[in-house]
Parts: sequence; C-alpha cells; structure tokens
Amino acid sequence: MPTSPLDKVAHATPRPVARRIRGLTDRAIAWIFVAPTIFLLLAVNIFPLIWTIRLSFTNYRVNRPNRDVEWIGLRNYERILTDPDIWATMQATAHFLIWTIVLQVLIGFALAYLINKKFKGNDLWTTIIVFPMMLSPAVVGNFWTFLYQPQIGLFNYAVAFFTGVEPASFSMIGDVHLAPWAIVIADTWMWTPFVMLICLAGLRSIPDTIYEAAECDRASKWRQFWTITVPMVLPFLMLAVLFRGIENFKMFDLVVQLTGGGPGNTTTLTSIDLKREAFEKWRTGLSSAYAVILFVTVFGLASIYVKALNKVKER
Amino acid sequence: MKAFINGLLRLRRGPWEMVASLFIAVGVVMLMQPFMLVAYSYSFIVTLVGTVMFIIVSHFPE
Repeated sequence: MPTSPLDKVAHATPRPVARRIRGLTDRAIAWIFVAPTIFLLLAVNIFPLIWTIRLSFTNYRVNRPNRDVEWIGLRNYERILTDPDIWATMQATAHFLIWTIVLQVLIGFALAYLINKKFKGNDLWTTIIVFPMMLSPAVVGNFWTFLYQPQIGLFNYAVAFFTGVEPASFSMIGDVHLAPWAIVIADTWMWTPFVMLICLAGLRSIPDTIYEAAECDRASKWRQFWTITVPMVLPFLMLAVLFRGIENFKMFDLVVQLTGGGPGNTTTLTSIDLKREAFEKWRTGLSSAYAVILFVTVFGLASIYVKALNKVKER
Repeated sequence: MKAFINGLLRLRRGPWEMVASLFIAVGVVMLMQPFMLVAYSYSFIVTLVGTVMFIIVSHFPE
C-alpha cells in the first residue's frame, strides 16, 4: 500500500500516462510544464510586437483590408519624427509625467511619514487616504469635471476662497494654460495614495533598533531622517516612480474623460494621439510606427531604471 | 576615468551599461524637449541605439 504522498500520486497516475512519462528525462518533463506558458507568452506578447514592427514599415489601413499593402520603408517613422503636432503631444506627455511624479512622490512620502507615526485613528485615516485609488479612472475623470465647473465647481470656489479670484472667472479644463495642470491635479489626487502605500511599506521595514542606535549616538532627528529614513526608503520610492512613470506614460482613460485631449491639443497625450491615429484616422501603419517609438522609449527608460534600482538595493 | 576607459576596452559590463544608459537618457530628453525639432527628429535613433546596446552589453562579464 502506498504510504507517502509521492507514492499516492504515482499510484493515482493512469497507467498509459505513466508509461509515456517513464522514458522522459527531467529536462523534458520540465519543458512539458513550461511549454504552455511559453506558448501563451509568444502568442500574446511577442507575436503582436513583431507584427506591429512589421506593420510599421507598411501603409496598411485596417479599414481597407482589401487594398494592396505597400512596403514603404522608414517613411512612417520619418513622418512621425518630423511632425510638429506629434512633437507637441510628446511635450504634453513630458509635462504630465514629470509633474505627476514629482507631486505624487513628495506628497505620498509626506503622507506615509505622517501615517507611520502612531496616533489614534491611524487605520481610519489610512483607509480614507487610500480611497481615491480604489475608484475607476472614468469615475474620477467624471467627478473632477464637475469639480472644475466654473459656475458650480467646488475646486473653483476653493481657489476663490484662498486667492480672492472670482470662481466663474477661470475654467480649469477650458483654458489652454490651466488644462495641463487640471489633469496633473486629478491624477495626483488619484494616485498619491499608491505612492504612499509603497513608502509606508518601506518605512515600516526599517527596524527600530537603527533609530535607537542613532539616538544613543545623539544624532538629531534631521540627521536620522537623511541618513537612515531616506536611504532605506529609496528603493521603495524608486519602485513607485517606475510604476507611476510607466503607467502615466500610457495614461489614457482619466484624461479622455476629463478633457478629451483639449482645449485644442494641449492635453493630448501620446496614448490619446496614438488611439486617434489608429482608430479615428485608421492609419494602422503609421500608428504602429508610433507605438514602436513609444515602446522603445519606455523599454529603454525601464532598463536604466531597473539597473539603478538594483544598484541602490546592493548598497 | 582610467578605470572607466579600461573597462570599455576590456568589454566590461559596468562602463558599457553606463554608455548605453547615457544614450537612452539623451534620447528621451531629445524626444520630449520643446526647443529643437531637429533634436526631436533624431531622438528615436539615439534611444534605439542605447536600448539595443543596453540589451547586448548586459551580457558582458562584470
């Protein structure tokens, strides 16, 4: 009678299967287990990428499937990289990316630092702060549209309260200078809690003994902050920047719901422009080249970032 | 500086990754800067060279 779990499994295996597997090496069995995952990865990730690269060298339009597809070389890339409108969308994305990351890291870290102190109602405050992150971007975009309304929007009234400016005298999503900031504020409101949670994990991983040793050496709170807290939270912060950076580079839903890319093209980020090229103008070849450019940029940035992260972790 | 150049000549991973990272960073800045359209036009090739170089040199010995 089988006694160990291994024996039980061996006895439970049907004879024909057991006969087939008996002759295989460990390496072959490992390949059998890994093969479905590799196949799925190739089908879902690698094949579409290669197909997109191939399409980027053609004039293919998905709304005219019967038209002959011409190989046009680097013309799509040339067109994208000399187009001032696409250049403007890159700048809009850079503005959005830089400011959201700066604000989210600063506010997120400050909130985590405060929440990490032991006080009454700590858990309740954590739940309240994390709440925006749980909402759908479409919902957030919709209600920030109401908050930004010049006549009835609470945001305008709050600004009016602090500055004395007439609430109806400015429109956050209708003004070309304010709209880029409107999307930065909404995204910061939504995703700062995410950065806060990551920083909080970092702060809670620092053992108290290090602070106690620093106290014994009479290190000031300021010095403890810069020589213990910041270096030990840095890998977590960098991870948060990596996640938010990649995520905001592809930002689409929140901005579409909030401004639709307007007024004019001031909040048209690259992902919105890419979607217009692909599914409104139906320039599939051109939009594939656009996607390849964005992919290489994000991939390159992520590579150097992961390298920096590993260096910080080694310290 | 001498160690860096020696590392480059001996095909070591560290210095070559540094060069590749520099290419990528310069390429991204060129892509998103608002001053020169010419720099924007050449940004992709610079980023691509950096990224491909990064993939290759990350297999060099330490």
